[in-house]
Amino acid sequence: MFDIQRFTAASDAADAVRLLREDPDAVLIAGGTDVLIRIREGKLPDAHLVSIHGLPELTGVRRTPDGTIVIGPATPFAVLAADPIIQTCLPFLGEAVSRVGGPQTREAGTVGGNLVNGATSADSAPSLCALNAQLVLRSADGTRTVPITAFYTGPGRTVRRRDELLTEIRILPEDYAGFAGETVKYGKRAAMEIATLGCAVMVRLSDDKRTVRALRLAYGVAAPTPIRCPQAEAAAVGKPVSTALADEIAHAVLDEVNPRSSWRASREFRLQLIEELTRRAFRAAVIRAGGAI
Amino acid sequence: MLKIIQMTVNGQPVELAVDDREALLDTLRDRLGLTSVKRGCEVGECGACTVLIDGKAIDSCLYLTMWAQGRSILTVEGLRRNDGTLDPVQQAFIDECAVQCGFCTPGLILTALSLVMSGKAYTRDELKTKISGHLCRCTGYENILNAVEHALKVHS
Repeated sequence: MFDIQRFTAASDAADAVRLLREDPDAVLIAGGTDVLIRIREGKLPDAHLVSIHGLPELTGVRRTPDGTIVIGPATPFAVLAADPIIQTCLPFLGEAVSRVGGPQTREAGTVGGNLVNGATSADSAPSLCALNAQLVLRSADGTRTVPITAFYTGPGRTVRRRDELLTEIRILPEDYAGFAGETVKYGKRAAMEIATLGCAVMVRLSDDKRTVRALRLAYGVAAPTPIRCPQAEAAAVGKPVSTALADEIAHAVLDEVNPRSSWRASREFRLQLIEELTRRAFRAAVIRAGGAI
Repeated sequence: MLKIIQMTVNGQPVELAVDDREALLDTLRDRLGLTSVKRGCEVGECGACTVLIDGKAIDSCLYLTMWAQGRSILTVEGLRRNDGTLDPVQQAFIDECAVQCGFCTPGLILTALSLVMSGKAYTRDELKTKISGHLCRCTGYENILNAVEHALKVHS
């Protein structure tokens, strides 16, 4: 039995934002794999829950006529990874969320929950940062769209107000078309693990596959929030693909990250991981983009 | 607060009053007596409480019973045939000596059953990933993998 004082199942997104507005203590719950653990640990006493579990309106992946990919935030990780649009257009995102917890967690836990909990270790965050995901937040007052790069404000904190519901994760065509991506999760074991470091690299090559046209570098657990490394990205544009460039990028990102020491790993080890994983993910992304390195 | 829910449990329609604070684990064990569903870590790490919800393996410790409205739940009790014979997946676990203390076994059998029902073929490495949400502290993973492979082979 959980320490829940009030449980209300929202009938749709409009109902959810109304319930959030009416009860100043209400907290959203979707898959439950974070919120129920927090309740179990006594971190959310006398919880007032508004459930959006399995709401069809917030679940699934679709592509709009202009090519924008819209991900429903209540989509479980396993459903996201198996989705044909994700497998075709954003395979690295599907691969990244297939490393969350274990299979049962991935059937229940949702991609939206992974973002709104504000964790720097969220397995979906590096990919979605690299993809410039646009997050649509809805409240009783209306909707606003926040780029994921402006979403996080600190460890476990985001710009989302308590009475706002994440209704869509939007990936614009210019943020994925022509790109190839690769993600790496470093942990001490292959399952049931929180990332010691997460890395996503996206690259778009020239027509002859020899030159970098665009580069995206994003990390989890390399700072208090998931981050991009815009200076290292810009510095690589126009340069020929080579192992020397991979080294140059791997060194450049070290000026933009700020990992901490925790019981999982020291700052020094994380810096070493950032450098090496960047190198590996860049190489793999180049190969996926049709280049040679 | 008590609320009425309807669900299908092991093929039988069930209507009962449940507290809206209950995990499905609590409802299955304490109200319906289905004690094959084990209470383990209760934070979604050990997999001992795994049940199939509409055919998908889910940790019932992190699943509110209120979410089960209209859904179909399967536990190991539901595998027993009327004449007492075991499901081929259960038989595979016996044949491969995949049971030691037995605490992880019901959950693993249900995950194995979901793999059998998927109709797909899996490599041994893929099976390692597929059962990675279950902890066996007797460390009998080799025989468990043998049993899952055996069950998939029998089915195909």
